[in-house]
Amino acid sequence: MTATSATSAPARGAVRASASGGVSPARRRWRLPFSPWHLVLVPATLVLIFPFVWLLVTSVETPSEALHFPPVLVPHTLRFANYPDALNSAPFGRFFLNSAVVAVATVLSNLVLCSLAGYAFARFRFLGRGALFAVIMATLMVPFQVTMIPQFIITKWLGVHVLAAVGIDHIGALILPNAATAFGIFFLRQFFRTLPLEYEESARVDGASRLTILVRIVLPLATPALATLAALTFLDSWNNFLWPLIAITSTNQMTLPLGLATFQGAHSTEWPLLMAGNVMSLVPMLVIFFVAQRYFVRSVAATGLAGT
Amino acid sequence: MAVSAARRRMAASEQLAGWAFVTPGVAVIMLFGAVPIAWSAVMSFQRNNLVSPSTPLAGLKNYRQMVHDPIVAQAIQHTLVYTALFVPGTMLAGLFLAVAMNRKVRFISLYRTAAYATMAISTISEAIVFIWLFDPSYGIANYLLGLIGVPPQQFLNSPSQALYVIVVMTVWGWTGFATIIYLAALQGIPQTLLEAAAIDGAGPWRTFRRVTLPLLSPASLFLAVWLTINALQLFDEVYLSTQGGPLNATTVLVYYLYDQAFQQFNFGYASAIAYFLFLVIIVITAIQFRVGRRFTYYRS
Repeated sequence: MTATSATSAPARGAVRASASGGVSPARRRWRLPFSPWHLVLVPATLVLIFPFVWLLVTSVETPSEALHFPPVLVPHTLRFANYPDALNSAPFGRFFLNSAVVAVATVLSNLVLCSLAGYAFARFRFLGRGALFAVIMATLMVPFQVTMIPQFIITKWLGVHVLAAVGIDHIGALILPNAATAFGIFFLRQFFRTLPLEYEESARVDGASRLTILVRIVLPLATPALATLAALTFLDSWNNFLWPLIAITSTNQMTLPLGLATFQGAHSTEWPLLMAGNVMSLVPMLVIFFVAQRYFVRSVAATGLAGT
Repeated sequence: MAVSAARRRMAASEQLAGWAFVTPGVAVIMLFGAVPIAWSAVMSFQRNNLVSPSTPLAGLKNYRQMVHDPIVAQAIQHTLVYTALFVPGTMLAGLFLAVAMNRKVRFISLYRTAAYATMAISTISEAIVFIWLFDPSYGIANYLLGLIGVPPQQFLNSPSQALYVIVVMTVWGWTGFATIIYLAALQGIPQTLLEAAAIDGAGPWRTFRRVTLPLLSPASLFLAVWLTINALQLFDEVYLSTQGGPLNATTVLVYYLYDQAFQQFNFGYASAIAYFLFLVIIVITAIQFRVGRRFTYYRS
């Protein structure tokens, strides 16, 4: 992505420079010592990061500084005690752990189940393949709001009659319904179909089983697609709010967005406390995002380019 | 004979492998996707609520109730107004930033990271920060407006302003996404085309209008469709900031649907609203593709 970011600016600049070879010294005076694009980029960036900055500033203010108008732009002392205070009034560590468990489990099960199904749909001929695939594609188009009420009833039933760990008010209920997605199966099937058949055929002649071929030959070739699916599934799971809101009521089963929303409901005017809790909720994801920025950006860009 | 027997055995094992491979994934999608889709369709024709244990068929009752429900009419209006502002707003912000960031200047990766970072923020974190920025009594938005002589506003407490504040916070939240999509599309434009335009005497603005924008049209169509689908399903920010208020001013379809389903427990009525939402999404998406195809330019 960054490797191909050669841009239009140098080319255009070169053309203009050669066209205005004999510019008078008077005009050259107006030349800035830096690219004029900084004049656009700096204000735009400030607007983008301002909410983050104000979030951080408020998180170390005293309650009386926060409830002051005009706002206190620079706190007199940095009240870091807001952070332990927030941790004492809501178990953010637990929320984080739940979010992480749900996201990681969802990503792993999607990688496994969607690879298996996507590969079979791409390569095998079996009875009912067309019909099954059509049903999967149909579910892909339906918004979650259509399925959420029956999903709630089914999850409740499963928890009572089959396994409490996947029932209502348990984080298992956040994993199982998303353990495989229609998008994942479709996405990987499309990718598998672009791979050359020769490797698989020769491995088959050598007597390798279908599962071995998938694991040893196909999946290594599909690493970029798997990384994309992992990144998108992770983001989706981490930010999901509506389903946890419906499925979870106990504090110790809440994920970060739900826990944070509940915390906000209980402390809606204690702004420094609220902002300290908010900072703690978003820092882990920001760190993950910065570390894996390349992957996230490439994955998002890939969905856009695939869609066009 | 031997060959065809072998082939048959092979085909049988392929059958078996096919089913073995797809069963776990397909089972999940059937149980939590396909079955619920059919079930909620049935429910939308039932009198289904927690009050009465039986769920008799009620024909089109739920759909008829929807037509006469004034809050549904308001919710449709708010959803459409929100979508009509959010989608172009996000696309313009993303396009502007992507064009500005599509160049090799110093600190460019810092600028880009700042834009992308908005993607890492959950809707809940985003909403809490913006509720605070736009707090009517102590928020910094009123302070900044005061600097240019504008009197304090009520923002999320005002029926005439709340929806627009939600537009602002969600545009901010989606800007990173739109920027990534446009930046990737810009980097796919061959230099030779832009240079040719420059040699032909087109200025930067004309090159942008006549060369760059048409080449970006597939990305624009994708963004328009994708953002619209998400906008029609707006929920998180409304739930957190206004709960549909004040005076239903921010009640959008999904919020009303959630309220009917999980506050009032009118599962039948809520299912009817859900199917109506589905219909709206299908119709609007189909129109976008139809109209979009006319304005979309594919190089290959």
